[in-house]
Amino acid sequence: MSTYQEFIQQNEDRDGVRFSWNLWPSSRLEATRLVVPVSCLFTPLKERPSLPPVQYEPVLCSRANCKAVLNPLCQVDFRAKIWACNFCFQRNPFPPSYAGISEVNQPAELMPQFSTIEYIVQRGPSAPLIFLYVIDTCLEEEDLQALKESLQMSLSLLPPNALVGLITFGRMVQVHELTCEGIAKSYVFRGTKDLSAKQIQEMLGLTKPAAPGQQGRPVAPQEAAASCRFLQPVHRVDMNLTDLLGELQRDPWPVSQGKRPLRSTGVALSVAVGLLEGAFPNTGARVMLFIGGPPTQGPGMVVGDELKIPIRSWHDIQKDNARHLKKATKYYEALANRSAVNGHSIDIYACALDQTGLLEMKCLSNLTGGHIVMGDSFNTSLFKQTFQRVFSKDYNGDFRMAFGGVMEVKTSREVKVCGAIGPCVSLHSKGSSVSENEMGIGGTNQWKLCSLDHSTTLGVYFEVVNQHNAPVPQGGRGAIQFVTMYQHSNTQKRIRVTTIARNWADAQSQIQHIESSFDQEAAAVLMARLGVFRAESEEGPDVLRWLDRQLIRLCQKFGQFNKEDPTSFRLSESLSLYPQFMFHLRRSPFLQVFNNSPDESSYYRHHFVRQDLTQSLIMIQPILYSYSFHGPPEPVLLDSSSILPDRILLMDTFFQLVIYHGETIAQWRKAGYQEMPEYENFKQLLQAPLDDAQEILQTRFPMPRYIDTEHGGSQARFLLSKVNPSQTHNNLYAWGQETGAPILTDDVSLQVFMDHLKKLAVSSSS
Amino acid sequence: MPGGFPGAPGALAGPPQKKLDPDSIPSITQVIEDDRARLGGQVFSTNIRGQVPPLVTTDFTVHDQGNASPRFIRCTTYSLPCTAELAKQCQVPLASIIKPFAKLPNNETPLYVVNHGETGPIRCNRCKAYMCPYMQFIDGGRRYQCSFCNCINEVPVFYFQHLDHMGRRVDFYERPELSLGSYEFDATLDYCKNNKPPNPPAYIFMIDVSYSNIKSGLVKLICDELKTLLEKLPREDGAEASAIKVGFVTYNKVLHFYNVKSALAQPQMMVVSDTAEMFVPLLDGFLVNYQDSRAVIYNLLDQIPDMFADTSESETVFAPVIQAGVEAFKAAECSGKLFIFHSSMPTAEAPGKLKNRDDKKLVSTDKEKTLFQPQKGVYEQLSKDCVAQGCCVDLFLFPSQYLDLATMADVPSHTGGSIHKYNNFQVETDGEHFLRDLRKDLQKSLGFDAVMRVRTSTGFRATDFFGAVYMNNTTDVEMAAVDCDKAVTVEFKHDDALSEETGALIQCALLYTTIGGQRRLRIHNLSLNCTSQLSELYKCCETDSLINFFAKSAYRAILNQPVKNVSNILVNQTAHMLACYRKNCASPSAASQLILPDSMKVFPVYMNSLMKTAPLVGSTELSTDDRAHQRLSVMGMGVEDTQLQLYPRLIPLHDVDVSSEAVPAPVRCSEERLTDSGLFLLENGQSIFLWLGQASPPDLIQSLFNEPSLAHLQQGHMFTLPELDNPLSKKVRSIIGELLEKRPNSMKLQIVRQRDKPEMLFRQFLVEDKGLHGGTSYMDFLCYVHREIRQLLT
Repeated sequence: MSTYQEFIQQNEDRDGVRFSWNLWPSSRLEATRLVVPVSCLFTPLKERPSLPPVQYEPVLCSRANCKAVLNPLCQVDFRAKIWACNFCFQRNPFPPSYAGISEVNQPAELMPQFSTIEYIVQRGPSAPLIFLYVIDTCLEEEDLQALKESLQMSLSLLPPNALVGLITFGRMVQVHELTCEGIAKSYVFRGTKDLSAKQIQEMLGLTKPAAPGQQGRPVAPQEAAASCRFLQPVHRVDMNLTDLLGELQRDPWPVSQGKRPLRSTGVALSVAVGLLEGAFPNTGARVMLFIGGPPTQGPGMVVGDELKIPIRSWHDIQKDNARHLKKATKYYEALANRSAVNGHSIDIYACALDQTGLLEMKCLSNLTGGHIVMGDSFNTSLFKQTFQRVFSKDYNGDFRMAFGGVMEVKTSREVKVCGAIGPCVSLHSKGSSVSENEMGIGGTNQWKLCSLDHSTTLGVYFEVVNQHNAPVPQGGRGAIQFVTMYQHSNTQKRIRVTTIARNWADAQSQIQHIESSFDQEAAAVLMARLGVFRAESEEGPDVLRWLDRQLIRLCQKFGQFNKEDPTSFRLSESLSLYPQFMFHLRRSPFLQVFNNSPDESSYYRHHFVRQDLTQSLIMIQPILYSYSFHGPPEPVLLDSSSILPDRILLMDTFFQLVIYHGETIAQWRKAGYQEMPEYENFKQLLQAPLDDAQEILQTRFPMPRYIDTEHGGSQARFLLSKVNPSQTHNNLYAWGQETGAPILTDDVSLQVFMDHLKKLAVSSSS
Repeated sequence: MPGGFPGAPGALAGPPQKKLDPDSIPSITQVIEDDRARLGGQVFSTNIRGQVPPLVTTDFTVHDQGNASPRFIRCTTYSLPCTAELAKQCQVPLASIIKPFAKLPNNETPLYVVNHGETGPIRCNRCKAYMCPYMQFIDGGRRYQCSFCNCINEVPVFYFQHLDHMGRRVDFYERPELSLGSYEFDATLDYCKNNKPPNPPAYIFMIDVSYSNIKSGLVKLICDELKTLLEKLPREDGAEASAIKVGFVTYNKVLHFYNVKSALAQPQMMVVSDTAEMFVPLLDGFLVNYQDSRAVIYNLLDQIPDMFADTSESETVFAPVIQAGVEAFKAAECSGKLFIFHSSMPTAEAPGKLKNRDDKKLVSTDKEKTLFQPQKGVYEQLSKDCVAQGCCVDLFLFPSQYLDLATMADVPSHTGGSIHKYNNFQVETDGEHFLRDLRKDLQKSLGFDAVMRVRTSTGFRATDFFGAVYMNNTTDVEMAAVDCDKAVTVEFKHDDALSEETGALIQCALLYTTIGGQRRLRIHNLSLNCTSQLSELYKCCETDSLINFFAKSAYRAILNQPVKNVSNILVNQTAHMLACYRKNCASPSAASQLILPDSMKVFPVYMNSLMKTAPLVGSTELSTDDRAHQRLSVMGMGVEDTQLQLYPRLIPLHDVDVSSEAVPAPVRCSEERLTDSGLFLLENGQSIFLWLGQASPPDLIQSLFNEPSLAHLQQGHMFTLPELDNPLSKKVRSIIGELLEKRPNSMKLQIVRQRDKPEMLFRQFLVEDKGLHGGTSYMDFLCYVHREIRQLLT
């Protein structure tokens, strides 16, 4: 372990953890002075091909309020067959099955390389996965056709024993019965009436009149069978469902001129949630909602059916002019919470040119770990391939989705957990390790992740509670254990345990060590998550000001400078990139709503708070590659100076892949040189970024928007809006040279931003 | 020709122990026979004002010459008293029984349709009466005077025509509205809902698929029958196919709608469980053209009985079912009819849920009326909704116990619907009977979404309306649908004095939608005489119409007052009417002599029969539902139906002439007319009995039943006559068949042997005898009335 770089990389590979600080300040006071909190990005189900799960139950600490899992950090007395919990210091005897252990015969969970270990446990009957399609039928014919095909295709991708259900909606909501022979049968609900879960279950015939004394009993088998009319194993109803989907018609109710179709999305979701709630509580299930427009009637209505009244914009929201916003949001939040309690996740696949109400509905996915996919049409490869990728499989042939996750965080005494930010809901479990200081979703040390996959990443924030005068804690290391229980896609119940430890450092004597343990990438993403979390409830400018203040304080703390002399300002290597990240973050759609609809902002934020570090960084600061005849493809600065006539640029913003042909290249391409055999090398140059883009397209979820443009092309704006505007129409002549491309913007460039930052950092007044 | 009837002098006043000769008191059968002999087969021309038409039981041909045919309008009297005092003095009710869609025999011309172009029918500016033969053209034909309100109107330019030397328009005979009593106008958009031409009406079949209906086999029976029946939906004259759309709903606690769009390979079922707020889950494919969707509908009808074959659901809803129909029509913007096949009291949790409130202890008390009153609330509003949308409800009930018919039939009885009831339905014995009803009902010609307005010339006006109708205000009679058997009884009162010279005019205008979806106005005009002579008034009375009026008004009265009061009023008014005649019109004679006006001489027997009907007789042995059913059925009846209902036909069959076409002459409805060795057929439009005397000749039994003697007849034989190839069997079956054909409702043939227990059922229809559940014999009643009259006279 030579450098922190390597240490960080190794930790991420093994445990899926990236900490902002890899040395922890030993007291609360020192910790707060570091500005960036002790926090980490944690990927609970990080793909670990080298980690075969063990087939037994974890050994738990016997102290009732601890229950930490035996781990490599525990002290073990092999002779006495006793282990000491490293969190509460309780001494525990090993269970009888561990009688044979010794120094040379250790169970896996004691070996240092198994700081992350996965247990397969046999608890309760295994429940099949459940997929409930909820389909908007107010689509254009072409869109509906494409969607039907995608859905029919998806049937073949589902595990054969998975249960599927079908709900369609337009003006009415229809729950389709899947077992019928002859006559296709469906239950219909009015799209305007808010029904309670009990009413829905009654109307679907899911509740038998309870015999006295039977109340509160778990679902009896025959009741489950009744609900099975709507949720059937794929292999049994494959044909039926294919036919049903095939016969699906557009909503037949007439839509008069100047009106939007009546879309009862709210009731449809309520029915879906109610159905699953009644039939399969606490079982992994996915509600997949496909919509082609905003909800226009009933509870959860986002916009009325009058076309002359457009859907709310940021402007309306700021002016408090969005009539339905609060009510709809509240409605969907209530649904999302109900769904989350039962461990059912909700995906939203929204394909329309206009907004579809994601702003109001986002909580459905955000709280339940569902996906949000946003596209222009169901008839695009963006949707089709993204949707296919939902069902992709890992190296074992298992689906890359897990359900009903519960993540618990245990900490050693000096550390408390403040909260988490990610696709999760609080389980309100107040333990001794819960801090009163909330960051993100706090006040608990357990979170529910209704659905998670290998890349689902949470930001977890901690607080050092050791008092300033207290000695550096015993053992010299602080420990954190993540215990994640979940339902694997093969229906097994599994528990993954990750235990990590970091050294304490005295901030006064060892500040350089702490500084060099700073993981600026992780810190940038963790701070960004805090910013995005705030942006959901606070005004945009306030969030930016908060971010700026944090950055200035950090620079003041760690920068080397002479007072009042900006030119003397220096940052060490471990912090050098951090201001740049913040610069791009300030410009990103996660914090800027200008030029984005409320739906787009919700969409971007949704993905930002769940992706792992690498993807998050791409989102903050897109990657720019350059292809030219001057050498092999290379990453270049995300700067307007990188835009040169003889270059092809490939920009990856996570959501978009832009291939930009420089002016000369574009002219050559137009002239058709690539067709001529003597310009084979040009053809290859053109092909290179396409191949690289393909590679990204292959793996990314959701599929990015693919843009092929050139100098002067209208879509070049995607690139121009992202690069650092170092050359603008304001300073072009000052630079004199015709390098790069001027950007027509009044935004400040990174250089100006840095100058200001330095000035503020060195000033004694701030 | 006023006069008493001979043969009863003095004797009536004498000691009751002296037995009267039953033949000496007025006989309905005799009156009918006389009228038939006098007027049967003749042409009745309607060119004379105040002309008394032949009896309803007489076959005659009508020639419309300016007044509506008696098939459309009959009156209690054709000479109205000139003043209100006179009317009050005689207490003869002034009423018309209007059957706007009465069936016309083939030899009478159907109504002409007149089109007055874009401006719509020509109407009086003041009273809005429609152009009719009574309008007086003046001023060389440029203006006309309305004979209803005397307003003088301009004749529109396009309608101008010169007058001849008689002051009649030259085109008098070319224009139905100037020369006929009944005709139709094409309505313009002004007469349509929302100023949009109506869509063709629709029929929705709503089948209760709860356990009892499935188990009895009813559902299968209906589904099988519909396959053939739907081919025979009524259609506009000359139209190739019926324009009526059809839809299907099944239900128990929840409703199942079916998408039977022709493009589908198989029907789709949509379940709506939200019975609290009913809605129609689909638009396209619910109401379809039968011809187009035949294959899908067949498929559906085949599957329905199987789909619910193992149902155990016994609870049903009812109000939501009707609501669903209304919503469906609303969505399709059409009017139509619901055929509801229902089994039990709706007890499932939903609007219109009913509780058993049958309480036999209330019979003969002041609270008895509550048994007839519908439960308020949901159904009241539902009737309103139905009428507003033009949704007629026909109810077929298959109860095995009390189901609160008074409430359940509330909507049908306000929407021009019919109520059919089959107690303890069994496919083997009642199947055919029910299917006949269904067939008749489905094929009836009718009009939808109708509003009727009765206008009168000055001096009197329509004040009260009785029938299966809904009244939103005091003048407009609204009917979701009106068919060829439904009649509205209209009572008139004086406003002012009437003039003998000008007489009295009635114009009944009915705005409706045809089965083809056209908006029409049907106009019936009738001119009546006015008289200041009571004798003239009595001469022009019509007993059959009077009894229709009395039946309806009595049946309505029992909703609000004790049955006993109502009976008293009936007797008192009868006595009063007759006493007034005696006092003012009859030539002086002994007080002990009962003198009846010729036109009303059988009135007492009808009145007596009316008072013995189930609704008016307080007996705990009668089922509350049956009483309510009869009450409601009569409310929509025309004169023919009430006549038959109150005086059944008793036809002797033992000496029938098998070679003759004719039906043997009926005999009086009295046990005395039966003979031990006779066979009799009795029918009243609701029930039909074949009565077998205990000494019936074995050869007759053999011919009819293929059994050697009466004793061999088993229970199973009691509902059908086997088809045997002998003249007697053929003749009897043809008589029965003809009767079944003729009556608006099907009747279930019941074969009873003399002295068997079921004979009781038969005996209650011998209306001249003492009633089984109370009520006097004809003879006693006559004596009683006579006593009352004498009391009034002294």
